[in-house]
Amino acid sequence: MLPMDHVIALSAILFTIGVLGVATRRNLIVMLMSIELMLNAANLAFVGFNRIWSQLEGVPAIDGQIFVLMVIAVAAAEVAVGLGILLSMFRNRDSVNVEEVNLLKW
Amino acid sequence: MTVETILFYIFGSLAVVSALGMVLNIRNAVASAMSLVVTMVSLGAIYLLLEAYLVAAIQIMVYGGAIVVLFLFVVMLLNLSTDEFPPGRQRLIKLAFVIAGVTILAQVLIALGRDPLLAAQPQTVPEGFGGYRQLGIALYTDYVLLVEMASLLLLAAIVGALILAKRKID
Amino acid sequence: MPIEAIVKVLFIFAVMVMGLAPIITWIERKQSAVMQDRIGANRADLGGITLLGLLHPAADVIKLMTKEDVVPDGANRVMHLLSPLIAAVPAIIAFAVIPFGGVYQFGDTTLNLVAADIDWGLLYIFAIGSIAAYGTVIAGWSSNNNWSMLGGLRASAQMISYEVTMGLTVVGVFMVFQTLRLSDMALAQDTSFRIFGFLELYLGLNWGWIDWLRLPAWGIFYQPLGFLMFLAAIMAENKRPPFDIPEGESEIIAGYHLEYSGMRFGLFFMSEFIEIIIIAALTATIFLGGWAVPLLSTDAIIGGISSVMGVGFATGLCVLIHFATFMLKVIFMIWVQMLLRWSLPRFRYDQVMNLCWKILLPLSIANIFATGLVLLWVKG
Repeated sequence: MLPMDHVIALSAILFTIGVLGVATRRNLIVMLMSIELMLNAANLAFVGFNRIWSQLEGVPAIDGQIFVLMVIAVAAAEVAVGLGILLSMFRNRDSVNVEEVNLLKW
Repeated sequence: MTVETILFYIFGSLAVVSALGMVLNIRNAVASAMSLVVTMVSLGAIYLLLEAYLVAAIQIMVYGGAIVVLFLFVVMLLNLSTDEFPPGRQRLIKLAFVIAGVTILAQVLIALGRDPLLAAQPQTVPEGFGGYRQLGIALYTDYVLLVEMASLLLLAAIVGALILAKRKID
Repeated sequence: MPIEAIVKVLFIFAVMVMGLAPIITWIERKQSAVMQDRIGANRADLGGITLLGLLHPAADVIKLMTKEDVVPDGANRVMHLLSPLIAAVPAIIAFAVIPFGGVYQFGDTTLNLVAADIDWGLLYIFAIGSIAAYGTVIAGWSSNNNWSMLGGLRASAQMISYEVTMGLTVVGVFMVFQTLRLSDMALAQDTSFRIFGFLELYLGLNWGWIDWLRLPAWGIFYQPLGFLMFLAAIMAENKRPPFDIPEGESEIIAGYHLEYSGMRFGLFFMSEFIEIIIIAALTATIFLGGWAVPLLSTDAIIGGISSVMGVGFATGLCVLIHFATFMLKVIFMIWVQMLLRWSLPRFRYDQVMNLCWKILLPLSIANIFATGLVLLWVKG
């Protein structure tokens, strides 16, 4: 039996690394990858909790894993569109530093 | 200390180390992406230890085999690097972020350690849990609307990515 | 039991990876020579004895190991070192789910000739195949070379496109056999079906000769289109000619493994040949009946032999017969792949992509649809 609190703790650690990646890095590629890391940490929490409560009065419950499949689909869609945005940004100003996208700043 | 627990600690620490390697990498975008692949695959291995077999296979196939390859494509085509030159004042803000994040993480970990619900042993899994049969039947009977919505979402993403990446709309 | 698993892993490594893969280099040389009406490589000798060129694999290994290991000047050394490993390891670990034989009972011990009999074996192979794409991509990028980068990008686009098609083409087989476990798929092909059985079932014609015209219940007879599509898709996944755009020898010099020499190139080379064995083993298991002897089920063999000798001896002989049948089918599929390699010219890159997305993908979805219709009709 795996120690389940350690599984959720791992999910929390990975999520924090992802959040700090988005907050501190200014490069769009690394920010997108950190968002993927956050989604993965959430997936791990889902699967971990599904493993703890895997049956509901004798009926097996796999709702957590269904949610994980949907999160993977959403992450794939988001990465595709995010990289498209990155391509447009790179074509316009030849850099992927998000600090340079500041034309609307007052 | 069963074999599963030892394997979980190995893959867990591998995931954390490669996640840090991905976030802290300054020069090389491809090395960042490869660290992300290592994180994805070790998370897939942890899903296997948690007996979620279909999710593990899909994680390795979709995340490790397609999404990060997409990242690699873009990095290689545009010859990107992850260089950054933060001005001096930004460093204090980043340090404040990191300290705040680590503090919140420490509080979360302490709260997790004290949670009585998580300290209990997980139940024994029912037969066929996490296998493709149960998940497949559930996806096409209870959650069929989710599947259809996911397909519409992916269609929208394909069209959106195509339009965003075209050179000019003619 | 871990001892059993370790023995199986060692066996796979010793026989299939270290033993069969160098033989395939000999097969390639000799078969291409025979097809092209020449003699082929037969000069490597050991004290004057040339065994029809069978010493050439050993000569190759010695040459590759003693060559100088060149790393180009601006290359990323870590990635340059890692990419042959990332290409070779998935090819080797895909052997874990291939059934070399069925499940046999020796008194009270059971012998299962699969290293890891996991329930989702086919999904495991696809997951491993998608990791193998990284070897070529990183190899192309890390060499600091235009041609390598081109080869690497083409390789990654080709490989991830054909992964999708490869998955869809075996959905038909999955629907027929109702299982993803490769050992169960091989077991389900151990019987035979009547060719004209539909005459009796649906038209009520009760002729005696219907029971005698039987075909083995192989995947290729249930899904002929699926077999052709799967073979095309998985040969493209392996970057094997005619799909060898990434290593186009006359266009981009050697593509993604241009800057590799010595044993690193040897690892790329070996991983491609090990994947040939994987393709052959997979196709044999899914479509050609795996370890099953055609028209002779396991019970017939064991029953037939145990009338002459004891049951234990009969089971042991059956193990050997099944293993030999499997290896024969693997060698047949290797021969087919070599035939395809040496007769078809290389496709153009847009032809490769066109084949995947515009031809194989709609055809595989139509195959799933048709299989579903037939299954609904047959099973009520």
